[in-house]
Amino acid sequence: MLTLTPVRPVLAIAVLAVLSAAASLSPDPRGAAAEAATPGKATVKIANFDFGPATITVPAGTSVTWTNNDDDAHSVVADSKAFRSAPLDTGESYSFTFATPGTYAYHCGLHPQMHGKVVVTR
Amino acid sequence: MTNDTNHRPADAGRRDAMKCMAWAGAGVLWTIGGGVASSVLATAADAATRKAGSLDFVQISDTHIGFDKAANPDTLGTMREAIGKIKAMPVKPSFIIHTGDLTHLSKPDEFDTVAQMMKDLNVPVFYTPGEHDTLDEGNGKLFLQHFGKGSWGTGWRSFDVSGVHFIGLVNVVNLNPDGQGHLGPEQIAWLAKDVAHLPSSTPIVVYAHMPLFDAYVPWGWGTIDAQQALMPLRRFGSVTVLNGHIHQVITKTEGNISFHTTRSTAYPQAAAGTPGASPGPLKVPADQLRHVLGVRDITRLHGRGALALVDETLA
Repeated sequence: MLTLTPVRPVLAIAVLAVLSAAASLSPDPRGAAAEAATPGKATVKIANFDFGPATITVPAGTSVTWTNNDDDAHSVVADSKAFRSAPLDTGESYSFTFATPGTYAYHCGLHPQMHGKVVVTR
Repeated sequence: MTNDTNHRPADAGRRDAMKCMAWAGAGVLWTIGGGVASSVLATAADAATRKAGSLDFVQISDTHIGFDKAANPDTLGTMREAIGKIKAMPVKPSFIIHTGDLTHLSKPDEFDTVAQMMKDLNVPVFYTPGEHDTLDEGNGKLFLQHFGKGSWGTGWRSFDVSGVHFIGLVNVVNLNPDGQGHLGPEQIAWLAKDVAHLPSSTPIVVYAHMPLFDAYVPWGWGTIDAQQALMPLRRFGSVTVLNGHIHQVITKTEGNISFHTTRSTAYPQAAAGTPGASPGPLKVPADQLRHVLGVRDITRLHGRGALALVDETLA
């Protein structure tokens, strides 16, 4: 499930440097897009029994935050059991920092028909 | 008229064998005997027979203590009304089966509240957990501490009352991404062994939280290994399966096995597969709420060898 490719440190630093340079140097006229691209952070909304977006792609080191907008409780559980949130009541959030590149499939521990995926790049 | 909302054409033939009718204005009476479900005209004589029934018990489900959102801000109040309904029944049930989602978030005070409220009924209560009861750090340890006495594994058990064999199963622990409830090989092996010595004429009642039939798989309303688990029960003349989870009454028969989901005492959910809906709490107009919440009374009729199920709403 997890792709545990060893990261070459020099390349990783170079990629991060390019990413942060891009974030700080290019003034983005679309404010929302600039916010969504905040380095190190990403969000997933839980609404109407769906994870949105169902798949997100983030660089390693990103902290992903799930927020439950439903009236029912949900949870976030990695298929591999690598992470598991407490139950999230309405309005509650859970964050997990993805240090290692790979594809992380997850589901809701209460409603296992709800699926999502975090793709972590170098 | 019909409460069978399982509208898949493939089942039409089987469903045609089952007719139902309002009983005493309060519910629907089903009888299940010899593997065939059929309706019974409820007459005064039937009521008398029912009074003298050799076995009478109640199914309560999905009390969701701790839930307080728009669909029902007072789940404590509606559970209290459900308990009042049970107390007012003409025949005092000899025990209660709670088919899960006692609590909303598996919190210690929620479990305590449920235990405290059920004590009011003064009869034994057998609980099986729902997925909302296994959200603690220990994946259901808290539930077992409160209600697991005399059970095996994650809380499964069996017992005999008045010649009927009862089997409580657990299909909500460590749910997999396969999207449905599951029982697991250990529990399935236990079940096969549990019924191995019983004569095929023994009436069987199985209860579990999630449906042990495909009520609506896209919403997770099923149990992935139920068919395998129920295999050893195929030889019995009468098997009645009681489930919760979907907060509505759906009935289905497969050969000798009849499946019955029941209402919640907390909030309703959309009918299976309603376009644009999700399987979450459904808000209905306040004056309608008690019409879609309820409990179920089950009686074994004397001399008939049949079980009668009466679904009663809080209204």
